Amino acid sequence: MAILTATGITKTFGRTEVLKGISFSLEEGQALAIIGSSGSGKTTLLRCLNFLETPGQGVISVRDEVLFDAADPATQREREVRKKRLHFGLVFQAFHLFPQYTALQNITLAKDLLAREQPGYKARRKAIQAENEAQARELLAQMGLAGRADHYPHQLSGGQQQRVAIARALALQPDVLCFDEPTSALDPELTGEVLRVIRGLAEQKTTMVIVTHEMAFARDVADQVIFMDNGVIVEQGDARQVINHPAQERTRQFLSRYAQS
Amino acid sequence: MSFLTVTAMLLKSFVLNCQLFAVTLALALPLGLIVSFGSMSRFRPLSWLTRFYVYIMRSTPLMLQLVVVFYLPGIIFGPGHSLPRLTSAALAFILNYAAYFSEIFRGGIQGVPHGQQEAGQVLGMTRSQIFFHVTLLQLIKRIVPPIGNEIITLVKDTSLANFIMVKEIIMMAKEFGNKGMLWPLLYTGVFFLIFNGVVTLALGRIEKKLDYFKV
Repeated sequence: MAILTATGITKTFGRTEVLKGISFSLEEGQALAIIGSSGSGKTTLLRCLNFLETPGQGVISVRDEVLFDAADPATQREREVRKKRLHFGLVFQAFHLFPQYTALQNITLAKDLLAREQPGYKARRKAIQAENEAQARELLAQMGLAGRADHYPHQLSGGQQQRVAIARALALQPDVLCFDEPTSALDPELTGEVLRVIRGLAEQKTTMVIVTHEMAFARDVADQVIFMDNGVIVEQGDARQVINHPAQERTRQFLSRYAQS
Repeated sequence: MSFLTVTAMLLKSFVLNCQLFAVTLALALPLGLIVSFGSMSRFRPLSWLTRFYVYIMRSTPLMLQLVVVFYLPGIIFGPGHSLPRLTSAALAFILNYAAYFSEIFRGGIQGVPHGQQEAGQVLGMTRSQIFFHVTLLQLIKRIVPPIGNEIITLVKDTSLANFIMVKEIIMMAKEFGNKGMLWPLLYTGVFFLIFNGVVTLALGRIEKKLDYFKV
């Protein structure tokens, strides 16, 4: 059964139609790579999934629960949107770590704040915070950053910052973890460490949607791939199949540019 | 008159400057924050109104604003309706400085990268959690230097209150001048230097405290 289903998603900025009816679904434990040239709508699609943009039309469901339905304003109330966002995690291209917090605090902050909404928080505050901290340390270790817990973002390299950002997203245990070109802001020698972490997550069967320009990575790590162009899905299917043997001429053209470089 | 007597009298009137300073700072900072929210509001009439207010306050002399606040109620409602002199001065200063502060806050808030807010949103934070736990400290770090400039200017501007006959330190010194003693007027500079020296040190400490992270 699909964990994530998007149906007929459209998005228009002013007069520009950025998404022209995107539909896809994703199975639990699978990784979906979205490829395509700049301006094809990949990032906008990801932002729609995370409620950072409101689609003009379409439905987004997670585990058969309709999270967003453009035709139903009741699904768009701000209070509820905030909760619904927690089904998704998002790792940004530019990391967006909070500069005034250490790596550890970046990871625990949101979880500590969410815990305040639980009944009986006051009495259990210390225990909850200790729990969150232990989890954050575990995540940092998993990211290969055990020794960096008390570093501030400006004391970390880009690759390290992005790994902290991944840990921060994982801490809230989202159903679907989304990556928006996670290595595009990194020096080439730093992309490897971030891709290795994402590969590790794929091996642990983390459900992921990854917008990427790393074709070899998409082919080797993703189960499914979607090729987008000009706001539509041109081709989708098994990652190896689509990237090694694209069926559409437009996909072939796009991939051949990567093969050359 | 002895140096000590003059010092004591100047110091006594300088208390008024200090009071004006403290009241203005305490009220203009929060008012400025509210005004900055108004000028950033997506509700057009509100943002126009606040921007017009800022325009008036920044484009006319503070001295004139003092006069307006003190004399206008009397002109409109008849004699006897003016506020006390010190209150009028404080009100004019608060209105004036809130306008400047609001522009600094607006710049500071808009200067915090939008990605910070989005990062908070995707982590399920509420708007107020994002403001208090993510944006605020970055905002403060950005605005300490320009706010510090305004605060130092405010210390000196308090002496403008003598224009509506508030007996602050310059007014006091001028009275000595009328009696043929000129040196007390020059001597008032020492009071301002000491006060602003303390302010400068305090601002430096705040900046240093916020030095542990980069924005």
